[in-house]
Amino acid sequence: MTKMMYRDAVLSTIMEEMARDPDVVVLGEDVVGGMGTAGGPEAIGGIWSTSTGLYDRFGPGRVIDTPISESAIVGAAAGLALSGKRPVAELMFADFIGVCLDQLWNQIAKFRYMFGGKSRCPAVIRMAYGAGFNAAAQHSQSVHQILTGMPGLKVVMPATPADVKGLLRTAIRDDDPVIFLEHKALYATSGDVPDDPDFMIPFGHARLCRAGGDVTIVSTGLLLGMCEAAADRLAAEGIGCDVIDLRTTSPLDEETILDSVEVTGRLVVVDEAPPRCGLAADLRALVAEKAFSSLKAPPLQVTPPHTPIPFARELESAYLPSVDKIEDAVRRVLAWR
Amino acid sequence: MAKSARPRAANPRSSAPKPAAVAASVPDVSAALSSPVEDDATFALRSLQQAHANNKRYDASDAELLKFYEQMVLIRRFEEKAGQLYGLGLIGGFCHLYIGQEAVAVGLQSALNEGHDSVITGYRDHGHMLAYGIDPKVIMAELTGRGAGISRGKGGSMHMFSTEHKFYGGHGIVGAQVSLGAGLAFAHKYREDGGVCMAYFGDGAANQGQVYETFNMAALWKLPIVFVVENNGYAMGTAVKRGSAETHFYRRGTAFRIPGMPVNGMDVLEVRQAAEVALEYVRGGNGPVLMELNTYRYRGHSMSDPAKYRSREEVQEMRDKHDPIEGAKQELLKRGVSEDAIKDIDKKIRQQVAQAADFAESSPEPDMAELYTDVLVETY
Repeated sequence: MTKMMYRDAVLSTIMEEMARDPDVVVLGEDVVGGMGTAGGPEAIGGIWSTSTGLYDRFGPGRVIDTPISESAIVGAAAGLALSGKRPVAELMFADFIGVCLDQLWNQIAKFRYMFGGKSRCPAVIRMAYGAGFNAAAQHSQSVHQILTGMPGLKVVMPATPADVKGLLRTAIRDDDPVIFLEHKALYATSGDVPDDPDFMIPFGHARLCRAGGDVTIVSTGLLLGMCEAAADRLAAEGIGCDVIDLRTTSPLDEETILDSVEVTGRLVVVDEAPPRCGLAADLRALVAEKAFSSLKAPPLQVTPPHTPIPFARELESAYLPSVDKIEDAVRRVLAWR
Repeated sequence: MAKSARPRAANPRSSAPKPAAVAASVPDVSAALSSPVEDDATFALRSLQQAHANNKRYDASDAELLKFYEQMVLIRRFEEKAGQLYGLGLIGGFCHLYIGQEAVAVGLQSALNEGHDSVITGYRDHGHMLAYGIDPKVIMAELTGRGAGISRGKGGSMHMFSTEHKFYGGHGIVGAQVSLGAGLAFAHKYREDGGVCMAYFGDGAANQGQVYETFNMAALWKLPIVFVVENNGYAMGTAVKRGSAETHFYRRGTAFRIPGMPVNGMDVLEVRQAAEVALEYVRGGNGPVLMELNTYRYRGHSMSDPAKYRSREEVQEMRDKHDPIEGAKQELLKRGVSEDAIKDIDKKIRQQVAQAADFAESSPEPDMAELYTDVLVETY
């Protein structure tokens, strides 16, 4: 095990996979980001420091600074992938999928099906998502809700450095298009990461972070930390929570959720995306359909309100899920009759 | 700066052997194609550059130049204060400062009719608002996220809007404002109000596809719009030459028959004169103009950018030799305007900015209920 930051887990995994497989190439805005062509210490290496040093090691043929042209970045990644390369493309902010949605939705997600299984598009599209930085309505969004709804994409949301390592490696080696969502607030968090150069976590396998037995809490990414904090508080009162990290929203590990809810009979889904037609609604529908007889209370969700993301600090705090809000939802689901 | 001196390629038709006479029964398709010679005569591609080259700098009165100076100093001091407040943690999120680029917004917008012509820009927007007479207090209060801010604390640095001033934002997605600008220009044309739209974007945004979709429509419909590329040399951390195949952005309208103008964006009088030329053409119903304002940002892309992709010497050279405010000041002194008159302006602006900062720090946080308002005109 090596202790490393989430952002370093992203960087080191890309570096290892580039070293292992010459077909892996990286492209995105400011991924080199230095003066001149030498990269070097003055280069930014991406604003999230997730590509620092790649240029020095692998050169301009494999680490490509792009213009600010998201449609062409994703389109080029798709073309590279169709012809056998393994591009790892970066959108600086997840919000920018708005600019290149056609390439994601009408192109990448549909190739395999509409070409009758003849094509492969092993592209990884990485992007930083999430609020909490006063970055306002166009630089703070959680977009998994939109992308998870698209058949033909895999959607990954790692919550820890170890999961970054295992899931990103799986993503790069996967033969299907993968959306890899990195929460901005997690980049500087640390954790132990396995040293095995082939450590991989399969998609569609959720992680049980806490076992409690009274209430099931399901979440992704940054919010798991809040879910665990709420679970710890409640445990002090003898209330036990199962906390489940989905890891991937597509494919979805239904089994782990249903197994837990069959025991607890109570579900709280915690999500950073807006409340309508999203992950939380989807999972609540899942248990209503497949675990109906186990339910002891209506499944609840903790999400932001149905509004864009506000700028001011206090408004943004009020907007986001919190430990208090999660704790409150657990109490409500327990208090129901 | 390269003008129209490029030798024109010989017309291939004139030197090519004459085609054999076509049989009468075959339709003559060549008539349907416009003659390239005729085409060149009606193509105003370089005419505006020529007009600007003939008369490079605006003949400002002392009072006008003092006003330009005052507006540029206002932007500079405002942005310096915003940078300080950011450093103190009073401003959060993203904050893109306009320091170094002041002559662009001031020179161009001084030629507009404030409150009649519309202006739209990206996220480096404070300067354009100040140049359009929007109260510094409500801008600074937006930066600090207060209820009295121009967007009630919901938009922040990148998202501000004023219908009274016809300032249409303040947009965070690179290049999106350019298409919006076409709509604003369309409305001016539709209403026949004589107004024009000035749509600003950066050298980075100039590589977004929708910019070119907009160029085509604007030229096709002869929309009253001035496209302004503020070329400050860096698309975030990527130098222009590393991210753009054609680095002379004024040429990028050529494929759409939009005349382009390269302009020294560090000289407010040159900027203003270029605006006169561009606006005369656009107001004359001739369609869009593409102006490239060559300028420089002294600070990083945003407050969180240490700007390691360029040398200190490069920045210092621009500050020392091309500063737009210092240039205007020297010009004023040369004209015999007293140093006291200039100092009075500096003092007045310092007070104005200090008041804006006080207001921004002391006015209350937004009401929590504001989280749920303004999602729609109606409510859910």
